[in-house]
Amino acid sequence: MSARVFIPKDSSAVSVGADIVASAIATEARRRSLDIELVRTGSRGLFWLEPLVEVETAAGRVGYGPIAPGDIAQLFEADFLSGRPHPKALGRVDDIPYLARQQRLIFARCGVTDPLSLDDYRRHGGLKGLERALALGPKATVEEVLASGLRGRGGAGFPTGIKWRTTAGIEADQKYVVCNADEGDSGTFADRILMEGDPFLLIEGMAIAALAVGATIGYVYIRSEYPHAFAAFEQAIERARAGGLLGPSVLGSGKAFDLEARLGAGAYICGEETSLLESLEGKRGQIRAKPPLPAIKGLFGKPTVINNVLSFASTPWILEHGAKAYAAYGVGRSLGSQPFQLAGNIRHGGLIELAFGATLRELVEGFGGGTRTGRPIRAVQVGGPLGAYFPSSLLDTPLDYESMAAAGGMLGHGGIVVFDEGVDMARQARFAFEFCAKESCGKCTPCRIGSVRGAETVNKIIAGVDRPKNLELLRDLCEVMTDGSLCALGGLAPMPVLSALNHFSEDFAKAPARAAAE
Amino acid sequence: MALLQELDTGTPIRTGEATVTVTIDGRKVSVPPGTSVMAAAALIDNPIPKLCATDSVEAFGSCRLCLVEIEGRKGTPASCTTPAEEGMVVRTRTPRLQKLRRGVMELYASDYPLDTLTSSANGDSEFQSQAAIVGLREVRYGRDGANHLNAPVDASNPYFTFDPAACIVCSRCVRACEEVQGTFALTILGRGFESKVGTGGADFLSSECVSCGACVQACPTSALNEKSVIEMGAPERTVVTTCAYCGVGCAFKAELKGDEVVRMIPYKAGKANEGHSCVKGRFAYGYATHKDRMLKPMIRERIEDPWREVSWDEAIAYAANEFKRIQGKYGQDSVGAISSSRCTNEEVFLVQKMVRVGFHNNNIDTCARVCHSPTGFGLSKTFGTSAGTQDFKSVDKTDVVVVIGANPTDAHPVFASRLKKRLRAGSRLIIIDPRRIDLVESPHVKADYHLPLKPGTNVAVLSAIAHVIVTEGLVNEAFVRERCDPANFESWARFIADPRHSPEATAEASGLDPRELRAAARLYATGGNAAIYYGLGVTEHSQGSTAVMAIANLAMATGNIGREGVGVNPLRGQNNVQGSCDMGSFPHEFSGYRHVSTDAVREVFERMWGVPLSREPGLRIPNMIDEAVEGSFKWLYVQGEDIAQSDPDTKHITAGLRAMECVVVQDLFLNETARYAHVFLPGASFLEKDGTFTNAERRISRVRRAIPPLAGLADWEATMALANAIGAPMHYTHPSEIMDEIAATTPTFKGVSYARLDELGSIQWPCNDAAPTGTPVMHVDRFVRGKGQFMLTEFVATEERVGPRFPLLLTTGRILSQYNVGAQTRRTANELWHDEDVLEIHPFDADERGVRDGDLVALASRTGEISLHARVTERVQPGVVYTTFHHAETGANVVTTDYSDWATNCPEYKVTAVQVRRTNHFSDWQTRDREEGVSLRRIGKALADAAE
Repeated sequence: MSARVFIPKDSSAVSVGADIVASAIATEARRRSLDIELVRTGSRGLFWLEPLVEVETAAGRVGYGPIAPGDIAQLFEADFLSGRPHPKALGRVDDIPYLARQQRLIFARCGVTDPLSLDDYRRHGGLKGLERALALGPKATVEEVLASGLRGRGGAGFPTGIKWRTTAGIEADQKYVVCNADEGDSGTFADRILMEGDPFLLIEGMAIAALAVGATIGYVYIRSEYPHAFAAFEQAIERARAGGLLGPSVLGSGKAFDLEARLGAGAYICGEETSLLESLEGKRGQIRAKPPLPAIKGLFGKPTVINNVLSFASTPWILEHGAKAYAAYGVGRSLGSQPFQLAGNIRHGGLIELAFGATLRELVEGFGGGTRTGRPIRAVQVGGPLGAYFPSSLLDTPLDYESMAAAGGMLGHGGIVVFDEGVDMARQARFAFEFCAKESCGKCTPCRIGSVRGAETVNKIIAGVDRPKNLELLRDLCEVMTDGSLCALGGLAPMPVLSALNHFSEDFAKAPARAAAE
Repeated sequence: MALLQELDTGTPIRTGEATVTVTIDGRKVSVPPGTSVMAAAALIDNPIPKLCATDSVEAFGSCRLCLVEIEGRKGTPASCTTPAEEGMVVRTRTPRLQKLRRGVMELYASDYPLDTLTSSANGDSEFQSQAAIVGLREVRYGRDGANHLNAPVDASNPYFTFDPAACIVCSRCVRACEEVQGTFALTILGRGFESKVGTGGADFLSSECVSCGACVQACPTSALNEKSVIEMGAPERTVVTTCAYCGVGCAFKAELKGDEVVRMIPYKAGKANEGHSCVKGRFAYGYATHKDRMLKPMIRERIEDPWREVSWDEAIAYAANEFKRIQGKYGQDSVGAISSSRCTNEEVFLVQKMVRVGFHNNNIDTCARVCHSPTGFGLSKTFGTSAGTQDFKSVDKTDVVVVIGANPTDAHPVFASRLKKRLRAGSRLIIIDPRRIDLVESPHVKADYHLPLKPGTNVAVLSAIAHVIVTEGLVNEAFVRERCDPANFESWARFIADPRHSPEATAEASGLDPRELRAAARLYATGGNAAIYYGLGVTEHSQGSTAVMAIANLAMATGNIGREGVGVNPLRGQNNVQGSCDMGSFPHEFSGYRHVSTDAVREVFERMWGVPLSREPGLRIPNMIDEAVEGSFKWLYVQGEDIAQSDPDTKHITAGLRAMECVVVQDLFLNETARYAHVFLPGASFLEKDGTFTNAERRISRVRRAIPPLAGLADWEATMALANAIGAPMHYTHPSEIMDEIAATTPTFKGVSYARLDELGSIQWPCNDAAPTGTPVMHVDRFVRGKGQFMLTEFVATEERVGPRFPLLLTTGRILSQYNVGAQTRRTANELWHDEDVLEIHPFDADERGVRDGDLVALASRTGEISLHARVTERVQPGVVYTTFHHAETGANVVTTDYSDWATNCPEYKVTAVQVRRTNHFSDWQTRDREEGVSLRRIGKALADAAE
């Protein structure tokens, strides 16, 4: 039997040399006339260890990382194919604490299987959720998702089951399911890792949704910055069709569902669901006013379930194991698991799937190991570029929807970006406005003009111009944008600004000369 | 915004029962489901501040001024996008909302020109009003931030400018272009702060914009502003009146400063247009004050003489004396008159009255002769009345639209917009037309079937459709049994079922694929409410009347008549074609389509007018011309029609005119016919007189005098003076008295009066005791004639056929920016879009003749030859060429023939066998015409000056 070697093909691993490592290992094996089977997997999400090379042994999969091409001859010398020690040996991968301490419901297969092998997917427990959904029928499937307490993982946290129930309850000649894979928040990557590492899970989740609500056509809207994910997902769709997971009779059920992947055009705003639908329809990515809700009048005016990648990907587990089992994870009204994404100035960045309720400190210190620079943490932004900055004094805030809101922040898509004490929070506040200005669709006034005026006003404050008046104006503007904006982009842009103002007011009071010098 | 404020509910009013009750600021209001909170508030006179909302377009939710608080709901939702729901409690004026609105307005103002005092929108800007209403007092952001204040102005359109500095990117213009006009010429370019209104082209003029004015109308700032307002300043007074262009009959507010029109604003309360307009009605009114306007009466003894300007009295006396001399010398029937579909009902009624009372004959005809006379004949035979069956609004309920021989986007643009709106909402579309007209495929509109028939084969195609309906069992048996004459139907069904009418048998003549035709027929018969809209492409044929009857047959056989959403709808060419026909300006009919030989009808008029009337039908226009050429017709009064340009076979027409001893022309301009005239009476434009027009929906609307007649007399006054001078006494002091006389003598007008028109806005006839507010849809429970009458429609090919000498078929039509003979539009900036008539020719035919796009080509028929430039295009099919007749110097009608409809003499403009070849010079006719255009138009300068 040949040795099986696993190397991620995930974009993040490839970006640090995984392809070169893979081809070097293959070359070296040939040179040594060793018979190896090279399997390209998704990523385990332990980024500081990438490229992470795994080898199958009797004791399980043993890891080595991070591997550079220069390490390869040594690895062979050390007989890594048998799992022997080496300076970069990590032991059994499943035992690495970073991974072992997680509760991987969604990402259980990611990094383990060949993402494009439907057989591998089945072997590792895939399709059980869909099979149960088919057995249950649409109504009971919706009830199961409702009972699980699953809430939208895109950031808004709206109960997924209610969306499904609304769409299921409408008579229409055509319904759609649409997956929002326009993962644009800075510091987030869970959707991408999943689509590259376990795409059939998303397909299975969307099929469950489609059958539950009576939709026959689905679209996955993938941001243009994810070319690898798009390519991988397109291949996965083809194989799913060939394997009977998609098509006129899903898993032989006689029920039709097919799927198409669509590439975005580089607009953050198209991550907002109504804008995404406009874009899917071939129009300018611009926000639609709600009502009507997409669940009632969505894509091409038809009832449409639109959910985030992680929401769909949660449902196979829920169907397989039952709502009760899922709801056993988490706290309060935040049930199940959340894939957190740790980035920024952090020692051990990566993907951490945990039940809701762990504290921010457990994430950034327990998993992340503090800042990469080694300097003290000053601020942690949770929930993407529109999320609040938490000062180190608030690191014990639990990571669930309600606790985050109570602390003036939000969980968003689970992105966590860490800053050390070198950060200037006035400039971060300005950045929030600049980001909003750059990404605004331009439809509503508070966002279109407010974001530009916001950045200008922060600049005046930094420059020391009429500070009391401009600070008051800034807070008034934040109110107008929060209460007046048409969608969450303009509505949330004040969140990082206000958190900066409230927790780091000293950064808005620095002497102008010093500020200018910086 | 405009002088005469009309309620803007912000979002469109929903129809239906008011079943939803909401409480707004403590007051309860009930509205139909789907009504927005904003509209509900507006309805109780509690308007909520707004900028991006206006009720001609759907809610958008971008400006965020209209935020409200709703009990039990989070945040501050926009009232425009929030539908009213039962039990909802809304607050619109809390301190929090006031602060928010002021904050939003402050943001707007931070990128808005502050020189309001010198703004062209001063006093006329929703933006400034809203700023005042929300109490904006300061702009704390300063003026040094990013802005668009120096963005260049786009002044490319002749009628309006776009100033991006004053644009607040509310998208009202973009949405109006999409939702109201349906052209999709505008868009928002860029995103975020860089968002700006753009056209996709370099500027407005080079874009797909059709200058309908919907964007200007929708703009809440001075970003889109009429150039006339920029030049002249804000208007001071408003007169509501009716457009004098096409048969849609749009209501307008003429906004004036003193006696100068500053602009024409479409009137929302106008039921034909509901606040929409086209480039002609909205902007092309400048002809009314053009320097070419003739403002003094003139006479001359011979047409070679220069004109002599004289007083009204002298001109009238000259015309009357000539009348008496000629009638004395050549007999009672040697005199006649032609009334105009451009004049008011009252004026037309007076002209026919003058003829019948003063000429003692029935030699009165109207220019409807050359357009829709077959409609009158055909619909009268089948349904019993000479008019369209629906109102325009009916199309909102139509499931299958059939357009045949009409080009609404060019010729009836405001109706076309309504039609396109319905098509975008899902109605199916069948187009039967030799050309690929815009409706075949334009943004968000695509015909399900386009049947590109050969010109002249309408009857074959319509009969083939009927054949499919009858032989495939698609007849609405219940309707036919109940509403039509069964025996008559049976004989028609047997006739039409004959294989000679099948799509397959007629395919060679029509050039159509029988499968396409069958599919279209099935769709018409089974697709739900089906409505037929047709134009001059149906009537202007040797079988025009037959085709109209074939259309009526289809509607009856499928039961598509007598309710909303269906019907037979002639799209009338001129503003008052319907009215001029209604008013008895035909040689055989009194007002209300009653034959002159009917004693009871004649008695009504004899009693009213106190003179015996002739029971013999008089001369039609072609007969007048023929008899003039023969020497027995010598005196003619032509009011507001230019027969020398518009009627077919120009050389024959001018020969007839030359042969007359006295031609009296009354017109705004010294037109082509006036070259052959001896008396010229200056006309008055629609702005200068009171009266009524009746549009294609039988809608009678008021024309109101906005300024005094420039030449001193309104047309009805001039006619009255002439009538008095020839011995037909008339003593009206106001056109309302003429309408009273019409109502007193015409049963379908019995309930019409100016007072009633003022009260109701407009009235669709019949208006009588049974229908006191008028009749939007006709033939509801029974046909006017009782049982519907199927007519046999045997296809007889026109004698005008292609052959070796003339191998191509010429068909003619209009384009958007010009109107008919162009007398009005050629004297406006509309010339920018179409300054000459061109010949559309298919690339195949062009290649064969070595013709390239833009070449000068000779277009010859057996009657004449002209030269014009070629446009090589696939809009026309091989074998067919097309041109317009807007420019007198082109002389399109030099080529058209004297063939005409068998029943009504409506000329066969739509089919002429022609040849096309390259040339390097204008035709002999054109050269001579140009010379005569000068020599026969001389005005005696010295005399005129001396007289002053």
